[in-house]
Amino acid sequence: MSIRHGLLALLERGPRYGYQLRSEFESATGTTWPLNVGQVYTTLARLERDGLVRPVGEADADGRVTYLITDTGRAEVASWFATPVQRADRPRDELAIKLALALTTPGVDIRAVVQTQRTATLRSLQDLTRLKVRAGEDDHAWLLVLEAMIFQAEAEVRWLDHCESRLARLGRLEPITEQAPVPTRAREDAR
Amino acid sequence: MSAPVLELRDVSRVHGSGDTAVHALRGVTLSVGARELVAVMGPSGSGKSTLLQLAGGLDAPTSGNVLVEGTDLAALSKRDLAAVRRRSVGYVFQDLNLIPALTAVENVMLPRELDGVRSRAARAEALTALEEVGVADLADRFPDEMSGGQQQRTAIARALVGPRRLVLADEPTGALDSQTGEAVLRLLRARCDAGSSGVLVTHEARHAAWADRVVFLRDGTMIDETGYATPVEALLGERR
Repeated sequence: MSIRHGLLALLERGPRYGYQLRSEFESATGTTWPLNVGQVYTTLARLERDGLVRPVGEADADGRVTYLITDTGRAEVASWFATPVQRADRPRDELAIKLALALTTPGVDIRAVVQTQRTATLRSLQDLTRLKVRAGEDDHAWLLVLEAMIFQAEAEVRWLDHCESRLARLGRLEPITEQAPVPTRAREDAR
Repeated sequence: MSAPVLELRDVSRVHGSGDTAVHALRGVTLSVGARELVAVMGPSGSGKSTLLQLAGGLDAPTSGNVLVEGTDLAALSKRDLAAVRRRSVGYVFQDLNLIPALTAVENVMLPRELDGVRSRAARAEALTALEEVGVADLADRFPDEMSGGQQQRTAIARALVGPRRLVLADEPTGALDSQTGEAVLRLLRARCDAGSSGVLVTHEARHAAWADRVVFLRDGTMIDETGYATPVEALLGERR
């Protein structure tokens, strides 16, 4: 998630100081991505360096500096909204890697790995659903974020179901016991 | 905690015998309390629908016991079993089984009339049930004059009419679009929050997530469950 673009989008609505940005960011995204105020100030400093925002006047009596978005900043926000998020920009999928390794690591019960994940994901899906039930009908931003997480969790379960039935069809669900052929040198060392 | 509304004790169901025997369910134990909605998930052929049929007294276990509101179904005569099925248990199926020649309200009244409730009282109960699911204004329509979602609501009203406390739903969101499907789940959830018990068979994780607990079946065996969900206050607390 780009905090940089999130803050810029908020600043496009009008000048704000750091603490305000933090609380507005959290309320807009339903407190899904808690920010600490340090992150906000670091990001603001970078945005200022890049000419996307500028401070307005001096710090007030409480030491707060108000920031204003520049024209370059506005252009950046517009281009952010216009550009699709690239799949490759997201973190590597640890689960896919784990399953791939589980399939080829002797003694690992891949079916148990799949089920453990499925139960855990269902549990978070239950949590998300309860939050959704609790959310106000008009809390559109929060509902949107919650539903994004709900659909992602659902997709993960569907993918797990798919993996399991595919592996079942191929007869690959039993843990492999035999080590793949060990390189010759290693075998000689073992003697 | 009050006595469970539905209890499966070490229930097995075998179809056929010898080499060709099919173990549809193996030693399943499950208890569903008042106000509880339990979802059952598993691949096709895992025993989900068998479990539901046994729970509703539509099929009998090969071994083990099924208790509805404390009554062991195996101990009942055919007639008493039929009475328990009508009075205590409501079913929602994927194919709605609404009778096309009856209006919505008549479909919902039917189980109550079969139960000996007078027509006027049955009609009043049916209207209440239709009201509850939000289709009271369609009471006099025939099934083919309603949308899929409206028909499903009517089927749910039929499952909930009168004093029934146990609702069994087999893929109740089957052919519905995602908004209507969600409305069906909201309805089941609200019924359980109001005091009923429910068992929901589904292959959709997003729907199962409305339940208090999700249990997983594989090859007729219960292999895992999510346990009780975290109270929502605690969830909100974590996020603040």
